[in-house]
Amino acid sequence: MFSAIFGSVEQGFIYAIMALGVYLTFRVLDFPDLTVDGSFVTGAGTAAAMIVLGYHPAIATIVAIVAGFLAGCMTGLLHTKGKINPLLSGILMMIALYSINLRIMGFTVENSVGRPNIPLMNSETLFSQFFKWWGSLGIDESINGFLTSMGIQFVPKTWGTVVVVAILVVIIKLVFDWFLKTEVGLAIRATGDNKKMIRSFSVNTDTLVILGLGLSNALVAFSGALFAQYSKAADIGLGIGMIVIGLASVIIGEAIFGTKTIVRTTLAVIAGAIIYRIVLALALRVEIMDTGDMKLITAIIVIVALILPQYFDKRREKIRKAKRHELRESQTLIKSKEGENLA
Amino acid sequence: MLKLLNINKIFNESTADEKIALDQINLELKVGDFVTVIGSNGAGKSTMLNMVSGALSPDFGQITIGDHDVTKLPEFKRSQFIGRVFQDPMSGTAPTMTIEENLAIAYSRNRKRGLKIGVDKQRKEFFLHSLERLHLNLENRLNAKVGLLSGGERQALSLLMATFTQPSILLLDEHTAALDPSRAELITNLTEKLVKKDNLTTLMVTHNMQQALDLGNRLIMMDKGQIILEVGEVEKKNLTIEILMEEFQRIRGQKFTSDRTLLSS
Repeated sequence: MFSAIFGSVEQGFIYAIMALGVYLTFRVLDFPDLTVDGSFVTGAGTAAAMIVLGYHPAIATIVAIVAGFLAGCMTGLLHTKGKINPLLSGILMMIALYSINLRIMGFTVENSVGRPNIPLMNSETLFSQFFKWWGSLGIDESINGFLTSMGIQFVPKTWGTVVVVAILVVIIKLVFDWFLKTEVGLAIRATGDNKKMIRSFSVNTDTLVILGLGLSNALVAFSGALFAQYSKAADIGLGIGMIVIGLASVIIGEAIFGTKTIVRTTLAVIAGAIIYRIVLALALRVEIMDTGDMKLITAIIVIVALILPQYFDKRREKIRKAKRHELRESQTLIKSKEGENLA
Repeated sequence: MLKLLNINKIFNESTADEKIALDQINLELKVGDFVTVIGSNGAGKSTMLNMVSGALSPDFGQITIGDHDVTKLPEFKRSQFIGRVFQDPMSGTAPTMTIEENLAIAYSRNRKRGLKIGVDKQRKEFFLHSLERLHLNLENRLNAKVGLLSGGERQALSLLMATFTQPSILLLDEHTAALDPSRAELITNLTEKLVKKDNLTTLMVTHNMQQALDLGNRLIMMDKGQIILEVGEVEKKNLTIEILMEEFQRIRGQKFTSDRTLLSS
């Protein structure tokens, strides 16, 4: 149980990077981008293929991010220059990426052109390289020793993963927050808010939509590249339903933590990604559930997260109205009494 | 400063809905000219404004701003020179962003946008001083989201955003039409003040005849895609609504028909 939750927190941080990408398109740019299902695998596949081909994991990850950026830009071009509906642009790119991803992973074998999965069991990854250094610090031993002495049964194999992904996510969040406050960032936000207005202030909305989609999918691909190295495999089916997971994280986070400022909302999205993973892990522990039910549970979580806030809003509104009504009643009562006294 | 040369525009050409929106429009604004445009619905006033802004492009003709031929320039490039306020108070600002962020976007109009923080200390100071001129107490609400402002406040902010970078041309498209009378008056006064301050070359479309008479140094009247009357600086001072109505009747041989114009005069 605890190890399952611990694993979900690690994964939650990795998925949080993807969720930030989804937030950028869905909320900031107001563009429902379905490229995500494909670009997540592009990131995972590119990183895994390059690692197997002998490149340094850091270089492999950077190339994966660039690949995601290009995929996002293509979706942007389809929409802005090709005048294709946003949803359809994303779907077209997603389906195209399926074949492209097979090709990318196919680079690792000589005779075959496409390849559906790449195991990274014995390869160097960003994580394995980090662990070499982390292990020499001896932090795991001391924390776990302390926990066992406290009488806590569960101790994770290593704290290193959660530390490194948390640090990465914090850095990305800070850069993300800063970027949305720069002149270009403000223009991107206004593009999602009011295109007519931002055009009247000499902004080329097409360029910004393309840039925004590129950056979003770069984040998604980064998340995919990390996930492949974390789970020690890349698979063509990794991305199925990824957009819904991203949306679930955004919606859950926003519903719980609010959207008052950008800084708060990005924090909410990250927290949402982690909470989503934990809820999913707990749901899968119910006996009748099977891992195959994961997508169904995801869909149900999103549906609940979409409907519940509406219900709460309505209730709050009702309570507010009732209170105001009461107040008005009592005021008129007081006034009429005053009138009686005067008379 | 602004020159429209032989502008023609036909909507839905060679269909049953064909409509001549602009028919041989020629207009020239000198630096500091403030021209008010009146006319009945469908006269082509807004179409003409959209030609200048680049939201629409003419079928024939040429548009120049200063020395630039902008006829083929896309809307977003042209807006470096042009400040605009729309009729709908919702159109001119980004509702989910704060007042200072909106101002920062407007501030970057004629500058290259980069990875500089949009609202730094120096700019904040400048925004504060600019907002004080509105006397709406917005300077104390820099971090409020614009979506929370009233229509009048939003329109005042739009006006400030359109003017405080001193554009070559200011376009006002019935920017008081969606407001209640007292708010409309506030915006009208503000318009006069801000335009005077920077001596902005302005083209203002209005449905309100009184407003067209009160503001600006020149007036044009449009009907069926043509400019049918031009009133210069000297004559405009003695102009009244009655004279305008008579002129229209004389030129067109029919009564000026626009309930909205009559009601709002």
